Amino acid sequence: MSDYNFAYLDEQTKRMIRRAILKGVAIPGYQVPFASREMPMPYGWGTGGVQVTAACLTPDDVLKVIDQGADDTTNAVSIRRFFQKTAGVEVTEATAEATIIQTRHRIPETPLTEGQILVYQVPIPEPLRFLEPRETETRRMHELEEYGLMHVKLYEDIARHGTIATSYDYPVRVEGRYVMDPSPIPKFDNPKLSGNPALQLFGAGREQRIYALPPYTQVVSLDFEDHPFVASKAEHDCDLCGASDSYLDEVITDDQGNRMFVCSDTDYCRTRRAAGLVGRLGGEAA
Amino acid sequence: MMSQALGGGFADAPVQSARAFRTALDAMARPGRILRVGGAKPPAPLSVAAGVLLLTLCDRTTPLHLAPGHDAPEIRDWVTFHTGAPLVTPGAAAFALGRWEALQPVTRFRIGQPDYPDRSATLIVELDELTNEGAVLTGPGIETVARLSLPELSAFHLNRDIFPLGYDTFLTSRDKIAGLPRSTRVEAG
Repeated sequence: MSDYNFAYLDEQTKRMIRRAILKGVAIPGYQVPFASREMPMPYGWGTGGVQVTAACLTPDDVLKVIDQGADDTTNAVSIRRFFQKTAGVEVTEATAEATIIQTRHRIPETPLTEGQILVYQVPIPEPLRFLEPRETETRRMHELEEYGLMHVKLYEDIARHGTIATSYDYPVRVEGRYVMDPSPIPKFDNPKLSGNPALQLFGAGREQRIYALPPYTQVVSLDFEDHPFVASKAEHDCDLCGASDSYLDEVITDDQGNRMFVCSDTDYCRTRRAAGLVGRLGGEAA
Repeated sequence: MMSQALGGGFADAPVQSARAFRTALDAMARPGRILRVGGAKPPAPLSVAAGVLLLTLCDRTTPLHLAPGHDAPEIRDWVTFHTGAPLVTPGAAAFALGRWEALQPVTRFRIGQPDYPDRSATLIVELDELTNEGAVLTGPGIETVARLSLPELSAFHLNRDIFPLGYDTFLTSRDKIAGLPRSTRVEAG
């Protein structure tokens, strides 16, 4: 551990990131540019989230890292080990025990609390980017609150599919001002963004942006009066723990067309099964 | 004089600044909450809390304005040795430090640009007392309402009116800090 400065980054870099985080907190939903560093992992592996986490960590923290809700996938394991090695912090898989949770594309099912910070890994922070590729123009659109284009996109969804087909990366408006990309979380998770007691920080390494949602910030998913926002999920219960209220992954189990649905949040599912709750296949599947 | 300027910094900068930043982040994310920091022993009249904020957030890339009362040789030497922050006039400052009266008029400080509202100053306002009495605060980071002993209301009213532009404020008193981001609405208590 003495081979590294605490939490890997040098102090000058951490100060720069910390100042960006504070400005992000002061202007909820606004993307603060920062001088993203090269990290010892490729872009797309959560370098933005890693830098935000590194700037926030203290030796007293308990860190949890999830990838699509799972604690045991490659991305989550490698980032967790990275901070065990470079910061020597305690790690956990239990949502309730963690003080900092770095996440790729999910918000944990267990409600977060005031003492917690949720750090999102963000690939494309600009919600308008696929509608307008020029940074100069999207910046101007945020400046003028010119968000009509985003509603046109949602309207075209309705015209084409009869319903808003956007199912993840669903755009939100923060405190009636900035339209924000919540990172590619399923829209099932969007309601948890609003009024959350935890501090939510977003880091985009390749795109060099940091943004934030302070606790209890009002976050509204964009919609229309006649096509209101719906937080959808697969119409099943978890086959392992029987949960009807959690976001599910669909798993193909053989080449005969059989499939099962399981909680994407592995900690939530494990906790429920440990409490004796069993789903359709919970007895046979280990 | 020199020995005073050399002392009073963090003994273990990576860990102490990490803890200090988390407290500052908590303060800015939850306006009205009064928290305690430690680790710095800056020369008077600089408070412990203000000293900790400078050590944690300032460096050669952050121009700092010292308001009258804090613009003393001992403080200049201490800040320069420990942070390297260039000392500048209000209009050029990323951070400004002083008592509320000495920082007036606060309209001199940078409020950011419409396309880059983050390019704004952060004020560190030294107060005699910091308590959860007085002005009523609402907005992001506050579940219902919070109360904080602000030195004035009208300036913070104006600051909220120009959101997303505006400056952000840390209030400090001895080892206590509280945050007041531009997003907070303030009303008379």
